Amino acid sequence: MLSPLHKQLLNDYQQNFPISATPYQDIADALGVTEADVLSAFSELNDNNFISRIGPVIPPNHIGVSALVAISVPESQLQAVADKISAYPEVNHNYEREHRFNLWFVVIASDAEHLSAVIDSIEQETSYKAMLLPMLDDFFIDLGFKLDLNND
Amino acid sequence: MLDETDRKIIQATQAGLPLTPQPYQAIAEQLGLTSEDVMMRLSAMQNSGIIRRIGAVPNHYKLGYRFNGMTVWNVPDEAIDELGQKVGQLEFVSHCYHRPRHLPEWPYNLFAMVHGKSQEEVDKQIQQIYDLLGDYNLGCDVLYSTKILKKTGFRTGDLPVAPTLNLSNY
Repeated sequence: MLSPLHKQLLNDYQQNFPISATPYQDIADALGVTEADVLSAFSELNDNNFISRIGPVIPPNHIGVSALVAISVPESQLQAVADKISAYPEVNHNYEREHRFNLWFVVIASDAEHLSAVIDSIEQETSYKAMLLPMLDDFFIDLGFKLDLNND
Repeated sequence: MLDETDRKIIQATQAGLPLTPQPYQAIAEQLGLTSEDVMMRLSAMQNSGIIRRIGAVPNHYKLGYRFNGMTVWNVPDEAIDELGQKVGQLEFVSHCYHRPRHLPEWPYNLFAMVHGKSQEEVDKQIQQIYDLLGDYNLGCDVLYSTKILKKTGFRTGDLPVAPTLNLSNY
């Protein structure tokens, strides 16, 4: 169950986490609670996987080079091909989606050369052609995602 | 430009800031820096846009947003900047990107991820994008994920920084 403090932390601190000597104390002061309350609430959010972490969020392609990649694989081979692809440390997300292109993953590499080497290797190993969909423009001003937590 | 110390700070914080009263001090000690240097560099990276935001990274799925759709649209290239910005501002859209077409099998150039707590909610969101694009919509599709085959957290390797840099790629 999410407490009012959990919800406040989730909605108010997806951005503007203080850069100060004692940020959790600063948040506590702003919310009228104690530093221990803030630390234990964040710990609970973390432990229950409601948040994956507290930290800096870096836009894609600001460090390293990434591309979304799609492959069309017969259903019977999907898991085997997916396992091969997931084994690459450069593969970050790998999803099955309902479409002719049914395998979607993100490759993040140190530079363009590294990226294309990974793609070549995946194509050779799986013998399927990869459709490369690198980001050309990012239209999202990511200030955090507005969460409706009223029913939780 | 980022120097080696900036990269180390980013790498050290990708697993999350420690839940201790002085988290930047903890990072600084780990890297042999002063906490002032760590904070100054984080601020500078935020000001220059290398860091988009610093804060809690929510797990949408765990918070009840179980219905995620990757909506893809074919819109005229000359209008994509304006349309992309409008779609990217919708509050239920978590990511919005221009990506290349691959004709003939892939005509879509605008990608928007939508998140909802029910199929009905997601359907309404998609309708809202549909209405917003109007005549500029030359074709669209929605791809729902049926299975998460890999979703990695923090990982170190031979990359300049850990691959999991944000939420913005899924």
